[in-house]
Amino acid sequence: MNPFQPVGKAFLGFLEATGKIALFTFLSISHCARPPFYFRLLGRQMIDIGYYSLPVVGMTTLFAGMALGLQTYAGFSRFSAEGAIAKVVALGITRELGPVLAGLMVAGRIGAAMAAELGTMRVTEQIDALDTLSTNPFKYLIAPRIIAGFTMLPLLVFVGDIIGVFGGYIVSVYKLGFNPGVYISETFKVLEFVDVFSGLVKAATFGFIVTLMGCYHGYNSRGGAQGVGAATTNAVVSASILILIFNYIITELFLSA
Amino acid sequence: MTTPKIKLTDVHKRFGDKVVLDGIDLEITPGESLVIIGGSGSGKSVTLKCILGLLTPDSGTIEIDGESIVGMSGADRERVNRKFGMLFQGGALFDSLPVWENVAFGLIQGHRMNRNKAKDIALEKLAAVGLSAEVGELSPAELSGGMQKRVGLARAIATEPEIIFFDEPTTGLDPIMGDIINDLIVKCVKELGATALSITHDMASARKISDHIAMLYKGKIIWVGRTADIDHSGEPHVDQFIHGRAEGPIQMELRRL
Ligand SMILES: Nc1ncnc2c1ncn2[C@@H]1O[C@H](COP(=O)(O)OP(=O)(O)OP(=O)(O)O)[C@@H](O)[C@H]1O
Ligand SMILES: [Mg+2]
Repeated sequence: MNPFQPVGKAFLGFLEATGKIALFTFLSISHCARPPFYFRLLGRQMIDIGYYSLPVVGMTTLFAGMALGLQTYAGFSRFSAEGAIAKVVALGITRELGPVLAGLMVAGRIGAAMAAELGTMRVTEQIDALDTLSTNPFKYLIAPRIIAGFTMLPLLVFVGDIIGVFGGYIVSVYKLGFNPGVYISETFKVLEFVDVFSGLVKAATFGFIVTLMGCYHGYNSRGGAQGVGAATTNAVVSASILILIFNYIITELFLSA
Repeated sequence: MTTPKIKLTDVHKRFGDKVVLDGIDLEITPGESLVIIGGSGSGKSVTLKCILGLLTPDSGTIEIDGESIVGMSGADRERVNRKFGMLFQGGALFDSLPVWENVAFGLIQGHRMNRNKAKDIALEKLAAVGLSAEVGELSPAELSGGMQKRVGLARAIATEPEIIFFDEPTTGLDPIMGDIINDLIVKCVKELGATALSITHDMASARKISDHIAMLYKGKIIWVGRTADIDHSGEPHVDQFIHGRAEGPIQMELRRL
């Protein structure tokens, strides 16, 4: 047997999957942009993604901000630069940690739930039933989820940014004994529009990725409960990896711009 | 000569190496009620799904009112689907919606009817299948299997479609409810002037609801004729099937113990 055969097969499989995802993405976007719109469903998704993810994202960024404050102190005090804590926390949270952590948490919370829900609807023929009732599943199921992810994640990350900066504040003021007024003024002095903005662009991208992966794997799941389980895992894993890849790409784009 | 309501010509469908439909030819005239019988796994549900556009046949043509529908998509597909009502074998109720909204779904989404008016019609249809208004407020997961079947039936007839598909309408029902459902199907077909294509294993039900019976075996329609003639079809496969004999030309793929 030709030793290159498995490699070629894996490569072809990869190309096929990429093509399928690209087509799915195209269809999803085109259905997001054309009526009819299901505002009731969009509202429900927005509440689910935006409001109910707040505690998870808030906790994550709070503790990330606190740890970042401590670590910065541990590192920077070695060359007497501990005054930079406020700046490091503000930039680290808004540019990197806020969007990435929120994206990963939402991938686990929302992406998994979407894949499981759509996957169950697929294997119990509910998606087929939608079709026979003259309702396009892309419009009814997928578009509201993707629009909600794309719009709500920036909001979520914005709130998360504030909480994360506050985490750094808590550590600096109550543990390390810094002056609260100075901490806050330092934070505002260092932050520029592009810091927050680039973080929110990341957030919107991650919201799109998470909901797209959740919908894609759920919509295409087959083979009963096991298939739904696999779809859920794949949704979370692929969304997490894509988030980290796109995080790098967007960072690079903003740096060179 | 009238155009047939549904016409299948030489339809083939395979999954991988497994040939499921191997040249199906079938014609159903307007207002006719045809029942497809055949062993488990013989491709009855696949035939319905091809007509509904949920599966695409590998070759062959399917016409609805003389219009070829294979490969149709978008707005055309939705227009054709509006002629259809479908009862899925597994019910396929939307578990995110209460029972009444399941029944009203085609009216609200497909026909853009006002919700209150659609709800009245839905409750009417639920009453017709022997379910009270209280049941309408429950979630599908709270219903017994037989009740889910009846809700599925109510949903299939709610839009008073021209063509109704029933995938095993009476399995899982007690004999009395089964007979009520049979009467209901007969009534729909007679009163709405609908064309019905049903699948059943239940010969009593088949005799009651059909004008014609077709038998599917090894991917082909091996016999089709008037219901009254089924007892002297002269076709040994049909004889074996309707009498439920283990011995005969149809060999189940079992190993002898
Ligand atoms: N999506 C699918 N992918 C692969 N194989 C399939 C698929 N759908 C159906 N099949 C196969 O096609 C064959 C026919 O299935 P179908 O559901 O039409 O049977 P059926 O005649 O409706 O049987 P039953 O009376 O038990 O419902 C089966 O062997 C099944 O394994
Ligand atoms: Mg079947």
